[in-house]
Amino acid sequence: MDLGHAIIGAFGLVLSGDPDLTEIIGLSLSVTLSAVIAACVIGLPLGAAVGAFRFPGRTVCAVILNAFMGLPPVVVGLVVYLMLSASGPLGVLGLLYTPTAMVIAQTILVTPIVAALTRQVVEDLNAEYAEQFASLGVSPLARAGALLWDGRYSLLTVALAGFGRAIAEVGAVIIVGGNINHVTRVMTTTIALETSKGNLELALALGVVLLTIALIVNAMVMAVRALAARAAYA
Amino acid sequence: MSAPGPAPRRATAPGGSVIPLAAPLMEASGLTYSVRGRRLVDDARLVIREGRRTVILGPNGAGKSLVLRLMHGLITPTAGRVDWRGAPLDKAARRAQAMVFQRPVLLRRSVRANLAFALAVRGVARAARRPAIATALERARLTHLQSQPARVLSGGEQQRLALARALMTGPELLFLDEPTASLDPASTLAIETLIEEASAAGVTVVLVTHDRGQAERLADDVVFLQSGRVAEHGPASRLLSAPASEPLRAWLSGRLYVEAEKSSRIDI
Amino acid sequence: MIRRHFMALAAAGALALGLAGTAVTAQAEDFIVVQSTTSTQNSGLFDHILPIFTEKTGIEVRVVAVGTGQAIKNAANGDGDVLFVHAKPAEEKFVADGDGVERFDVMYNDFVIVGPPADPAGVAGSSDVVDALGKIAEAEAPFASRGDDSGTHKAELALWKEAGVDVSSASGGWYRETGSGMGATLNTGTAMGAYIMTDRATWISFGNKGDYQIAVEGDPKMFNQYGIMLVNPEKHPNVKADLGQTFVDWVISPEGQEAIAAYKVDGQALFFPNAQAD
Repeated sequence: MDLGHAIIGAFGLVLSGDPDLTEIIGLSLSVTLSAVIAACVIGLPLGAAVGAFRFPGRTVCAVILNAFMGLPPVVVGLVVYLMLSASGPLGVLGLLYTPTAMVIAQTILVTPIVAALTRQVVEDLNAEYAEQFASLGVSPLARAGALLWDGRYSLLTVALAGFGRAIAEVGAVIIVGGNINHVTRVMTTTIALETSKGNLELALALGVVLLTIALIVNAMVMAVRALAARAAYA
Repeated sequence: MSAPGPAPRRATAPGGSVIPLAAPLMEASGLTYSVRGRRLVDDARLVIREGRRTVILGPNGAGKSLVLRLMHGLITPTAGRVDWRGAPLDKAARRAQAMVFQRPVLLRRSVRANLAFALAVRGVARAARRPAIATALERARLTHLQSQPARVLSGGEQQRLALARALMTGPELLFLDEPTASLDPASTLAIETLIEEASAAGVTVVLVTHDRGQAERLADDVVFLQSGRVAEHGPASRLLSAPASEPLRAWLSGRLYVEAEKSSRIDI
Repeated sequence: MIRRHFMALAAAGALALGLAGTAVTAQAEDFIVVQSTTSTQNSGLFDHILPIFTEKTGIEVRVVAVGTGQAIKNAANGDGDVLFVHAKPAEEKFVADGDGVERFDVMYNDFVIVGPPADPAGVAGSSDVVDALGKIAEAEAPFASRGDDSGTHKAELALWKEAGVDVSSASGGWYRETGSGMGATLNTGTAMGAYIMTDRATWISFGNKGDYQIAVEGDPKMFNQYGIMLVNPEKHPNVKADLGQTFVDWVISPEGQEAIAAYKVDGQALFFPNAQAD
C-alpha cells in the first residue's frame, strides 16, 4: 500500500464512474459551496465593518475573529448537534442528520476565517484609500462596499481558504450529519469510514480524489487572480 | 445635485483683473497641529481668496501637506479654526472642495469607473453620469484609455485621471498636494494646463509645491511655510521677487535656512 | 455566552441557508433514523439487510453509526427513531428511564481477542478469556482498548474486572486506550503490536489485518448480545413511532432474522439471530 497505488486507485475510482462516488463528491461540493457562500454573506460585511470602521472594541473584535479561525471542528459539531438535537432549542426544525446541518456547522467554521481574512484585506486597502475617500465624502456604508469590491480578487483567495477548510473538514460534519449513506455521506466522512473498516487503500484513493478536487478549484481561482494581477486589480 | 462641472464664480472686472471679494473664500487662523507635544503646524494664518491660485511653498518638513489636510478637514487641528465663507468648515463646505494627492489614489477599476465613482458618491443618477464622464475624459485627454484598468496607466496619466476625478463633482475649491512631484516635464505641463483650465473656469486653487518654477507659473498668491509657521504670505509678484523674510530669501536662493529663533514672521 | 454567540451565528446561517438548505435536502418523508453501532455498519450487515426491508416497506433507513455509548445518548436526546446497539444493561436502563419503549433481543455475535503472531503473553489458542487477560496483564503485553464507553469497551472492562486486573493503573503503560471506534482501534493496535478485543464481525470484514490472528475465542463469556428498541414517542414526540415500530417488528420477525443469518463474509456467518418469537 503506497501513494502510487492510491493514485492509480483514485483514477480507477473516478474513471469507473461509480454512482456512489459521484453522489458523495456531489454532496461534498454542494455542502461546502453552500457553506462558503453563507460564510461570505456573513463574513464579508463583518470583516469589512471591523476592517474599515473605527469603533470602541474594534481591536477586541479583530482578536476574537482571528482566534475563532482556529475553532475546533469537533466542538463546533457538538454545539450544532446540541442546538439541532430533538431536545435542543432548534430541534423543531428537524435539521439534524441532514445536509443543511452540515452546511450550518461548516458555515460556523468558515465564517471566522472569511471575516478575519476579509478584515485584513479591507484594513490594508483602507489604509491606502482612507484619505481619498474622506476627501470625496464617501459615506461609511459606501466605503465598506467600495473596499470589498476593490479587494474582490484578494477576497476570492479568502473564500478559497474557507473552501479549503470546509471541504477537508470531517469532525463537525460527521457529528451533525451522521455519515448516513446516500444522505449525509461526504468525501471526508467516507474516508473516515473506510479507514475504520481497515480499507486503507480505498481511503487513500478517496483522499487523492479529494486532493485533486481541491487542486482544481485552487487552480481555477488562481487563474482568475493572475488575470486580475495583470490588470493591477489584485 | 445639479449637473457637475466647474461653475464660473470669479468676480471679474472689465479689464480681466480679479477684484478681491469682501470675505475670503477660506480663512484659517491660529491653526495648530501637534503630535506628541511637537507643533508641526504652529499658529498659522492663511487667507484663500476666491477665484485665485494660492501656492503654498516651503522646505521639506515645513508642514505644507498638513496645512492642506487641515484646511480640507481630513485631520482636525489641535487648535485654531478654519472658516469657509465666514463660517466654520462643515460637511457641506467640504463637499464644495476636492483634493488631489501627490501619489494618485486610484480604485482598482477602469478609468471610467474611477470617474463614475466620484459621481456615484454624490448621488448622481446613472444616466446623468455618462455625459459628465465623457466631458471629463476628453478634457483630461484620457478618452482612448477609458476602458483600461486605472492602475496600469503611466504616472502622468494616473495623475490626470485623479485630477479629472477631483473636478468631476464641480468643486469650488481644489487642493493639490505636490501633484507633479514625481512626474516628467511633459506630464507636469499637462497637469499645469488642466489646473489653469479649471482655474479659468472659476475654481479656486490651493497648490502645495516645492518647485519654484511651478510657483512662478501658477501662483497668484504665495504662502511660505517654515517649521510649521507662516513665514510670509502675500501676492506672488511681490514675494517671489522681493521676499521680506529670511527663510523665503534662503529658500529662493537655494540655501538651507537654519532657524536661530522663530522671529522672522511677517503676516500680510 | 459562547453558546449564545454560536446560536446567533447559526440562526443567521440558517436564515442565509434557507435556499441552499432546501436545495441539498431532498427530503423523502418515509424514512427513519436508526442510532446504531460501528460494528453493525462496518461489518456490512446493514448494507445487506436494509435494502430488503426498504424494498418491502418503502421505508428508508438512515443509520447513524457511532459507539454504543454515544448512540444511546443521541437516542436519549430524541435524535433517532430506533436504537440498535449491544450493551444490554445500558439498554435496559435506557428503557427504564423512559427513553425507550421495549427492548428486544435481535442477534448475537462474539468477541475475540486478536494478537500478533509473536504472542508475547502466550495466550494463542486459549478459550478461557479471563485466564488469557490475566496472562496479558502479568506479561504486561501491550493491549489496545477502545476506551470510548462503547458496548465493546463495556464488555471488555467487565472481563478485566472478572480477571481481577485493575487496568486503570496500567493505562498509558501496557494498557492503551485509543478512545476511538473499533476500526480505528484495530488500525492503531495492530500497528503497535498490541492485543485487541474486537467483535468477530468487524474483525472478519476488517481490511487491514496485517499478520494478526485470532488468539482467544470461543469463551461463552465473550457472547455479544444486540438489542433493538423504539425510542419512546411519548417522551420524544418527533419520533416516527409507526415507521420505527415497523422496522423493529421486521428485524425480529422470521424474515428479518433470516436476512441476518444469511449475511456471510468469506463464507462465515457474522451474526446469529436469536430474537424470541412471540
